[in-house]
Amino acid sequence: MLAKKIRVLIAKPGLDGHDRGAKVIARALRDAGMEVIYTGLRQTPEMIASAAVQEDVDVIGLSILSGAHNTICPQLMKLLREKGMDDVTVLVGGIIPEADIPAMKKAGIAEIFLPGTSTLDIIEFINQRYAAKA
Amino acid sequence: MSEESKTTSQMVTPAETGNESRAASPAEQAWEENTLGPTLAKSPERVDHFTSISGHSINRLYTEADLPNWNPEEKLGFPGAPPYTRGIHSTMHRGRLWTMRQFAGFGTAEDTNQRFRYLLSQGQTGLSTAFDLPTLMGYDSDHALSEGEVGKCGVAISSLADMEVLFDKIPLAGVTTSMTINSPAAVIWAMYLAVAEKQGADWRKLSGTLQNDILKEYIAQKEYIYPPEPSMRLVIDTFEFAVKNTPKFNPISVSGYHIREAGSTAIQELAFTLRDGLEYVEWGMRRGLDVDEFVPQLSFFFNAHSDFFEEIAKYRAARRIWHKAMVERYGSRNPRSWALRFHTQTAGCSLTAQQPYNNVVRTALQALAAVLGGTQSLHTNSLDEAWALPTEFAATIALRTQQIIAHETGVTSTVDPLGGSYFVEKLTNEVEAGAWDYIQKIDAMGGMVAAIERSYPQREIAEASYRYQMEIDKKEKIIVGVNDYVTKEKPLDTLQIDETVAVRQAERLSKLRRDRSAEEVARQLAALRKAAKTTENLMPYIFSAVKSYATVGEICDTLREVFGTYEEVAIT
Repeated sequence: MLAKKIRVLIAKPGLDGHDRGAKVIARALRDAGMEVIYTGLRQTPEMIASAAVQEDVDVIGLSILSGAHNTICPQLMKLLREKGMDDVTVLVGGIIPEADIPAMKKAGIAEIFLPGTSTLDIIEFINQRYAAKA
Repeated sequence: MSEESKTTSQMVTPAETGNESRAASPAEQAWEENTLGPTLAKSPERVDHFTSISGHSINRLYTEADLPNWNPEEKLGFPGAPPYTRGIHSTMHRGRLWTMRQFAGFGTAEDTNQRFRYLLSQGQTGLSTAFDLPTLMGYDSDHALSEGEVGKCGVAISSLADMEVLFDKIPLAGVTTSMTINSPAAVIWAMYLAVAEKQGADWRKLSGTLQNDILKEYIAQKEYIYPPEPSMRLVIDTFEFAVKNTPKFNPISVSGYHIREAGSTAIQELAFTLRDGLEYVEWGMRRGLDVDEFVPQLSFFFNAHSDFFEEIAKYRAARRIWHKAMVERYGSRNPRSWALRFHTQTAGCSLTAQQPYNNVVRTALQALAAVLGGTQSLHTNSLDEAWALPTEFAATIALRTQQIIAHETGVTSTVDPLGGSYFVEKLTNEVEAGAWDYIQKIDAMGGMVAAIERSYPQREIAEASYRYQMEIDKKEKIIVGVNDYVTKEKPLDTLQIDETVAVRQAERLSKLRRDRSAEEVARQLAALRKAAKTTENLMPYIFSAVKSYATVGEICDTLREVFGTYEEVAIT
């Protein structure tokens, strides 16, 4: 029986255009056998939530280096709930002060990956999480 | 010379490998047999193949055999004279130290003004301004898309009023000022010029730099607003205006820093930057500007990454390539057009969140490479920048790093100390050859705008950045504290910027809109809109508009109406 591929949306929310990390991770996840959709730059939470629904993804990976995470994340989580996407695993990578992490997790972000994270760790996290949910 | 494996062959171009056969001298051959051989038999080297951080092959030893037919007069020359390999001034840092120019900006104009004046008081010798993302993208602080972003990555500037506060108690005539702004560069520059005018400064004596390099936005930093053609028009408008009005001001800083930060190799950084420079030269000439009139005012901006000698070779190759290109491609006759002047910033992408105090060491070594490479101006990163914008404490250490290099290491006592090193000269040759290969490839595509439209540099960078990450994940490249020598540590105290900045900016903008003449603003924007549809130089119109206190957003929106906006085809 063929296993269904894990579907991942990689998104760049807000005005920040620094996409090196998002693109490297998108490719790493693809090479690890996941179905990856990259939204491109300057997405609003609305655009990301809509894309997540449209693409019926299992995971959303947000790349935020701009310091806007405390605004973006709660907005996105609210929209996902409203759209009935409670099951989606939301991950964040980027520049996030340690002090902000507990609140983000409380808001429903499954994990935050800081600079220096190996792509292998992200792949493992998603695989394990998905296996647990399946 | 070791052979490149297939997977890395795209980084080492045909020009660099195999063309010149290496004839080791009898003495060297004897050494290989009698001294090296036994050593290798007893203890092999740590890896099979040594490469620079960019993947460039590095040999065990470099001798005169690596520089066959090397003519020092042709390749090396003397500092301050063609081909400028050794530097663009005959006395280099003996005559004048590089400008210590720390990139700074956060929160409101008051916050940044305070940091500017602090850094000047601590001995920095030039200003460099970081703007927040809304400003960089041509949005006012109270625009819907600015939510959560105001003052976070740089200073929030929405109008001339903010700019006036930014430079309060800073006489612009007395300090050179750099502004890192691209799509709205003409607008911010106009505001700077208006502040200078208000201060009574003579524009003809004003000195500084506007980044204003839109090509690298499409390639790497992605802070574009408009499509390439109208964006280039705006850039050439600033060149024209600068030639006429601000002869000591650099209207552009053709940048490789961001290209490198996006993950390119050193050769790609060099090649794409210089080819961008040549693109600006050609567009300027097509506008009817005399090459020797405007090129002296072009400046450059490179990264100082961690591979020490590769960086030094890169800067030396840059000068040699630019001189050759200016003379051979454009028949330039003004030595001031031939001498490539550059600012350097140490590599932000090399900073680690883990064990952040290690970053002081990284930055120091990178800064040293920039100095030995002959930079004219330097920014050193702060230890905490993988977490946040720098605290005053961290920014001070970064500045002291430059001061220690300048005053305690002795490296400034002589010009181009590494000149004549077999390794450095060979590496300089290889980096130069690799860059020319790319330049010629891009020429064949029809130039840089054409190359961007087919995503060529973007794809090269994406490939290089992925390759690099795989090397790190596989521990083929070690990053201390990250994939080796890992420890658990307590979090740092970092700079906090909260939403009060956005609130203050919103209040300010409300007040601004009440106090200014709405009719005058409307008139100015209408004139700008009309001129934008022609081929007139837009700088005078933008200058008038900013003086009426039209905002960054209003001016950029006016141009959005005429020029349209750009969306990239994403390459992953």
